[in-house]
Amino acid sequence: MDAIFLQILNGLDKGGAYALIALGLTLVFGTLGVVNFAHGALFMLGAFCSVSFYKLLTISKQVKDESITFFDAFKEQPYLEIWFGDYGTAIIDYAVPLSILFAIPVMLLIGLIMERGLIRHFYKRTHAEQILVTFGLAIVLQELIKSFFGANPIPMPPPDIVSGSAPIGALLGLSESVVYPWWRLIYLLFSGIIIASVFAFLNMTTYGMVVRAGMMDRETVGLLGIDVERRFTVVFGLAAVVTGLAGVMYAPILPPDYHMGMDFLVLSFVVVVVGGMGSLGGAVAAGFLLGILQSFASMNEIKAIFPGIDQIIIYLVAVVILLVRPRGLLGREGVMED
Amino acid sequence: MKAPTIKNDIFVMLIFSAVILSMPVWLEPLGASYPDLLQKFAIFGIFAVGYNILFGLTGYLSFGHAAFLGVGSYTAVWSFKLLTMNIFPAIIFSVLLSGLFALLIGFITLRRSGIYFSILTLAFAQMFYNLAYSVLTPITNGETGLQLARTDPRVIDRLFSEAGEGLPSTDFFGLAMSGYSGFYVCAVILIFAFFISQRIFHSPFGVKLRAIKSNQTRMKYTGYSTRPYLLTAFVISGMYAGLAGGLMAATDPLAGAERMQWTASGEVVLMTILGGVGTLIGPLLGVGIIKYFENIFSALNEQGLHQAYAFMPDWLANIMVPMTSPFVGEGWHLTLGSLFVLIVVFLPGGIMEGINMFKKLFSKKTSEPDFKPIKKKTTPETVK
Repeated sequence: MDAIFLQILNGLDKGGAYALIALGLTLVFGTLGVVNFAHGALFMLGAFCSVSFYKLLTISKQVKDESITFFDAFKEQPYLEIWFGDYGTAIIDYAVPLSILFAIPVMLLIGLIMERGLIRHFYKRTHAEQILVTFGLAIVLQELIKSFFGANPIPMPPPDIVSGSAPIGALLGLSESVVYPWWRLIYLLFSGIIIASVFAFLNMTTYGMVVRAGMMDRETVGLLGIDVERRFTVVFGLAAVVTGLAGVMYAPILPPDYHMGMDFLVLSFVVVVVGGMGSLGGAVAAGFLLGILQSFASMNEIKAIFPGIDQIIIYLVAVVILLVRPRGLLGREGVMED
Repeated sequence: MKAPTIKNDIFVMLIFSAVILSMPVWLEPLGASYPDLLQKFAIFGIFAVGYNILFGLTGYLSFGHAAFLGVGSYTAVWSFKLLTMNIFPAIIFSVLLSGLFALLIGFITLRRSGIYFSILTLAFAQMFYNLAYSVLTPITNGETGLQLARTDPRVIDRLFSEAGEGLPSTDFFGLAMSGYSGFYVCAVILIFAFFISQRIFHSPFGVKLRAIKSNQTRMKYTGYSTRPYLLTAFVISGMYAGLAGGLMAATDPLAGAERMQWTASGEVVLMTILGGVGTLIGPLLGVGIIKYFENIFSALNEQGLHQAYAFMPDWLANIMVPMTSPFVGEGWHLTLGSLFVLIVVFLPGGIMEGINMFKKLFSKKTSEPDFKPIKKKTTPETVK
């Protein structure tokens, strides 16, 4: 029972990341009709936003180390600590959550540049060409990151206060031994908030309504005198932000390295097709569903029956879904069903 | 256009064979005529030629072909381990087994088209890759990769001779697979592979595949079932990939799972696109260019750059070196990615399209075409 509870938590947690990435991908696909293979790269860029923000905060100066008295020793002390003392230390400690503030404008900018500079010219081309050009772009972004940050994963610590594990079993009246890392719980909460706010934006604002209308019937919206292209550029930026934030907060869970984007790309595509191309709710649902499935498949009891199932379960589900129900779980009939 | 006859094809073949076989000679001045690189040209050439049969003719973009390459490699190494160091059976087994896998995967994935097909092949490629790393470790030897060992049974070899000291090396009926002889074996196989692909391009089968690319629905309405044709094309290209994988193992008897990752499939897509999708010779050009520059660029470092810019004034060289250094050495993939983006944006037909455009430009200047191009439509457009 405890194990199952933990696996569900694990799954929700993974699912949160999948859902966020897939949400961005679906937004882009549903509005712009572009199959974006550079989407994984956006996730990776988000994670590296937190890395670079951390590096910015810890720009240091060499100062004399007072604790060593035998000889002149120097240590690196961040300027923030020198200027603000303990507050500076606290800011550095909270680098990852704070980098959300840093990542939002950066990712928005990256998204807008990508859309305006490259992807805009590919609306009318075939899906194959879209895949190819964004695949090339993904390689470029990935290699740029590699040349700046190196090939090794960079560990990012979560804030001290949440670096331990939550005694979640004791809180919920299960066994005392059930504990779960705080940061993962925070990630789950965070992904819930982001997903909710994206849906709120799309469903409760006029802007979002226009975007949804554009997803349904682009031409008519254009005929009503609305600059659809402009709205869609913003949507691309929004998708970049959502995906980027997923990456920012994921950094303490998985130390960012340059190829994490490619690793998540396939997964997120699988999530999107399982949920149904162009269906936002489907993407979220499929993200959580696949996350939970994957964590159950990695339980030892299940692995004993089907060895290796944890490695392929997601792809297996995707293959079955694509063959049995081509439009995905929640996809609209007739959308991309060829 | 004149329909190419078998005579034409054979003529082209002869030229092609001459060009391929003389590669060690004419690549000499370019500094690329060492066996290792030449073998790579030939092997990836086979891979790309085969991939082009699927992608170039039918337009089905597969991201899963590296899986077949991997299957071919593993099969070949197992054949070296269990049967004999002769590459002949190894290659036969690689082709057959990868064909079998292609049949299975193609049967499933080809039920869908367009982007769904791409994603399905991606999913299969990832499954293969993950399995090779985890459960199939007894067969694939996981992360270490499958290697030869001195204690391998090698039943057929044992019939003729005792096990020697040290690791035996691969051969083709006595012809060593390393060095230039290895290249010639690969090159002859490439020529055969090219010839088959040429015949496919010019056969009614090839025409049907192209019809699928241009309009599958119409093709279906004319009464053709497209699936069998697609599946055949898929299996053939899978077998080509297996052949390339087998040869890869033959020249270097080692098989690792990283060959099966989907980004490795991306590489062959890159080569095909760069050269020109759907053209006969394009993919080979792409392979040549990518492998050649990979070889040169990845060997360059900052000092090399300084030497390369020696002709410039110092201040310019000092600016150029830091600007270009991320693109060479370790960062060669950056060059590759940028090049790829540029090609897809500006020249979707690849180098072959560029050559054709150039030809047209050139022929216009030199000679008037014997027909006047219609500048203005004089008749009203007929109702569609």
